[in-house]
Amino acid sequence: MKSFINILQITPSEVIDRITDSYSNFVLPFVIGISFIIIYLTVGFIRIVYHLPNRDKKKFFLSLITPKCILKNIKNIFFDCLLHTKIWKRNPLLGYMHSAIAFGWFLLIVLGHIEVALFVPKHLSFSQGAIFYPIFYRFFVWVNPEHITLRGNLFFFLMDFVLLYVLSGIGLAMFKRVRSIALGMRHTTKPALADRVALYSLWLIFPLRLLAESFTADVAGGSFLTRPMNYIFRSFFGNYLNFLPTWWAYSICLGLFFLAMPFSRYMHIVTEPLLILMRNAGLKVTKPRKGFAEAEIYSCSSCGLCIDACPMNVQKKNLKFSSVYFIRFLRRHNTKKINQIAEKCLLCNKCYELCPVGVDSPAIRIAQRQTLYNKISYDFSSACSPSHRNTSEKTNKGGILYFAGCMTQLTPVIIRSIEDIFKKAGENYSFIDKDGGLCCGRPLMMAGRMSAAKELIQKNKEIIINSGAKKLVLSCPICYKIFKEEYRLEEYGIQVIHYSEYIYNLIKEGIITPNKENVSYVYHDPCELGRGCNIYNEPRSIIESVGILKAAKKERDESICCGGSLGSLTLDHKDRTQVTEGALDNLTASGGEKIVTACPLCYKTFRLQSKLEIVDLAQIVAERLNGRQS
Amino acid sequence: MDFGISISPSSRIDLDNLKRDKWLKLIKIEPDALKCIACGSCCASCTGGIFTNVSLRSAILFLQNGKEEEALKLLKGCMLCGKCQMICPRGINTRHLIISINKIYSDEK
Repeated sequence: MKSFINILQITPSEVIDRITDSYSNFVLPFVIGISFIIIYLTVGFIRIVYHLPNRDKKKFFLSLITPKCILKNIKNIFFDCLLHTKIWKRNPLLGYMHSAIAFGWFLLIVLGHIEVALFVPKHLSFSQGAIFYPIFYRFFVWVNPEHITLRGNLFFFLMDFVLLYVLSGIGLAMFKRVRSIALGMRHTTKPALADRVALYSLWLIFPLRLLAESFTADVAGGSFLTRPMNYIFRSFFGNYLNFLPTWWAYSICLGLFFLAMPFSRYMHIVTEPLLILMRNAGLKVTKPRKGFAEAEIYSCSSCGLCIDACPMNVQKKNLKFSSVYFIRFLRRHNTKKINQIAEKCLLCNKCYELCPVGVDSPAIRIAQRQTLYNKISYDFSSACSPSHRNTSEKTNKGGILYFAGCMTQLTPVIIRSIEDIFKKAGENYSFIDKDGGLCCGRPLMMAGRMSAAKELIQKNKEIIINSGAKKLVLSCPICYKIFKEEYRLEEYGIQVIHYSEYIYNLIKEGIITPNKENVSYVYHDPCELGRGCNIYNEPRSIIESVGILKAAKKERDESICCGGSLGSLTLDHKDRTQVTEGALDNLTASGGEKIVTACPLCYKTFRLQSKLEIVDLAQIVAERLNGRQS
Repeated sequence: MDFGISISPSSRIDLDNLKRDKWLKLIKIEPDALKCIACGSCCASCTGGIFTNVSLRSAILFLQNGKEEEALKLLKGCMLCGKCQMICPRGINTRHLIISINKIYSDEK
């Protein structure tokens, strides 16, 4: 016990200030850099919060004091900002590289401060150089070799160990610049000028730190890494004249990094925590460049994972339409390029799903389109007038409504199959747009015409609520997404489900039992159903109950858009066929006999180009039911 | 006495007086405008066409003949659902065409 207390007690003679006033001119570049970045961040934070709409401001500050939200924030910041679990999941080597640099650097800073707090606590006060002292701790102290404790040695070891950890990450990062495929990236971003300055200074910081600490290792202490280097250097330098230049170089690199940071990709280090706080508060993008969107834009780490994700990248000329370049142009206010990319995107949301930071660039694109097209005049008065449909009568009290939507009208086989299933299940259903109906509003929304979309939503809502039904079945994922997100039919006691969920429930409850046949199917996840509404398992389990399910090369949240998406405005027919071809290659790779999809748009697009037969989810179930009957 | 005959307003279009700068701007933004063969598939499949007089085919013909007002009227009820794009035998990017016509011809009136 006594010895334990002895260890904890500060030995006054263990660490002594080597430099009398604890200051040397070489810290200046670092101090300038860190002061600049702190001022820049404060101004930036105020600007972002200032541009939030009032409702969002309230939401944001309220979330900061809600205990449940605080816990979520802490958890997300720890796992996403420090460890970056999302990158680990993508590729372990890439994850190691990132966490070695990010988490390793964080550890170096924290350990440095703990060391100062334990051995020379007076230097944590502002007047004694709190800004720079813990960073350059080794330069300022002299360790009495007679009195080194176990605790001191532990810190020497830890600092060297963490430094080695960071250096291994830097080594991998350099290797990645030469051969990115080794770390699982086919394409990586072309760095801009500021990115290059920041990147090269970041690469230099840690080797220089190793060098600087090696020179001082015999004076200020070191461990397995710095001590041997110290012996080698001393043997041919023989004096201490090289102390100061290396510490100067180290400080200049740090300063340069901080000065270049606001104009480079490394802004994500400090903006990401803010993005997490704002996202957890439930904020949404409203303007394409201000407020929450600005937090998103500056959180982009320009890693380029979205380049490989983009379905348009089957053609090399389309690489420049990736989210990473979209955000780069947003940062530079290059309106012409911003519009060009915003209009080109298919809005398949794959880049958002794979983004390690979670930058919702599709939402920013829609916001940008709104600035272009929301003012276009429209007139739905004759379509929305009550004379066209009888909305006052309760046509289907407590029953099921089926809304096919525009696209399903082009694929009668889906409508027929669903009606067959309804009949077999003995449902009391009514088909509300049998003779054509209004559009759900999602295509208008994706084109940035929010106010026009709102009018259609209002009208459709009226029709559905007035029918008195309890359940709304949809066969188009595009409709399904907007019905779930914008219509708020749950408030009126109406359940909104996609037909894949509906059939899944029927099979699970044993109301219908399709025959199982020896046919293998590959399932294509439609963007709006999978990534849009998070429905991956229901369609798969339906397929398993009627045949054999084979996995596509990339599936679930990595599935590739069919190319027919209504998201893109300017992608022309020729380029679309290329995207479709890429998606089909992905589906046919595993050798299934038929391709199943659950979206009329994918169905129609694939059918024009596929060599394999394309079938719909409802179709394969309905066919099996007929077989049993006859 | 009414013989059912009257003098009707002239429907002559003087193409020499046509200002083509908007049309040229349109085909620069969306060259697909030139691909239309006026087959009418778009109208046949149109969601809005059931309730209103939306017709992309006629709108393109009107624009080529300098009848901008009439063309715009025909596109007011479009809900951009994209059915015509799936149907079009010429692979015209109809949604962008409609949105561009609206933007170019109604912005700069």
